[in-house]
Amino acid sequence: MDFWTLERWSPYLVGAGIGVLSWLSFLLSNKPLGCSTAFAKTSGMIERLFRGSGVDQKEYYRKFPIQIDWQWMLVIGVVIGAFFSAALSGSLRLEWVPGRFESAFGYAPVLRWVVAVIGGFLMGFGSRWADGCTSGHGISGTLQMAVSSWVAAISFFVGGIAVAMLIFRVIAG
Amino acid sequence: MLKALHARKPAQLLIGLLLGIAFGFLLQRGGATRYGVIIGQLMLEDFTVVKIMLSAVVVGTLGVHLMKSIGLAELHVKPGSVGTSLIGGLIFGAGFATLGYCPGTIAGAVGQGSMDALLGGVVGILIGSGVLAALYPRLSRGVMAVGDFGDVTLPRLFKVNEWVVVVPMVALIVLLLWWLESAGL
Repeated sequence: MDFWTLERWSPYLVGAGIGVLSWLSFLLSNKPLGCSTAFAKTSGMIERLFRGSGVDQKEYYRKFPIQIDWQWMLVIGVVIGAFFSAALSGSLRLEWVPGRFESAFGYAPVLRWVVAVIGGFLMGFGSRWADGCTSGHGISGTLQMAVSSWVAAISFFVGGIAVAMLIFRVIAG
Repeated sequence: MLKALHARKPAQLLIGLLLGIAFGFLLQRGGATRYGVIIGQLMLEDFTVVKIMLSAVVVGTLGVHLMKSIGLAELHVKPGSVGTSLIGGLIFGAGFATLGYCPGTIAGAVGQGSMDALLGGVVGILIGSGVLAALYPRLSRGVMAVGDFGDVTLPRLFKVNEWVVVVPMVALIVLLLWWLESAGL
């Protein structure tokens, strides 16, 4: 059995590896790992296509300038890295409805699409409201012992567990 | 600190890309880019996501604080408030459960071929981020300002040396992980 083609690695190995990446991002780039700001910037880029450069003057984008930056490249890298991982382990495949969703709601690609858009909306809205996501607050912020990040990370899971129970126990139950 | 390297823009973009490739590889290989794994975590059936996050925090916090103490790193603590971190966090959580990915793992899900992530989740995140940006001037002066605690860290809050917090926190997390394993979770 070859290590590089195993479908799954131990979560502890993966977590330790991400911990080492956090050292490298602080050391080499003076930045914590994070992902959600890149989505806000992409959203700004798309808005700028329709409404022109006035978008840059919005208060939010003066705080988080619309540009292709380090974190934006990081998120592109995540897509590429996951592609290589999935290709190497033979788990690369087009999937429209994840198995867990299918077992609760049947094979319903349109329903899954609608639910994913709604979930994505809440996630984009919530991550920018909280100023961070599972990486920026959940890993990078908590490892810095930031109070904001511990509060946010615990709230992610409290909200997530409550809504997951609602979806899979009450609605699908 | 490596200030000269930090100031080199093209090199930084490349470093970001390379770190991202490693991050995406690890997230996918750990299973964290799978909808079922994330929902399994939120249903408290499968603790893969928590195990990954907490072991990253253990390894990360020791290394980053060590680098900080020898002058190779500085912290970047995000300011927060009850209105920002708690309310925003709960909204994020609702999205986490509904979408079944987060902003980092959805990028990985796109890479592994999850079309619900690419055509559904990413579109939703872009719209949600844009709407928040539009509402930001009003929210930031209203609900987000409630219960402000600034960019404080736990050591600063307790007025102690950071290792006084880091070491017990690491011990606590290791104990929690050990307990999860011995409970068969």
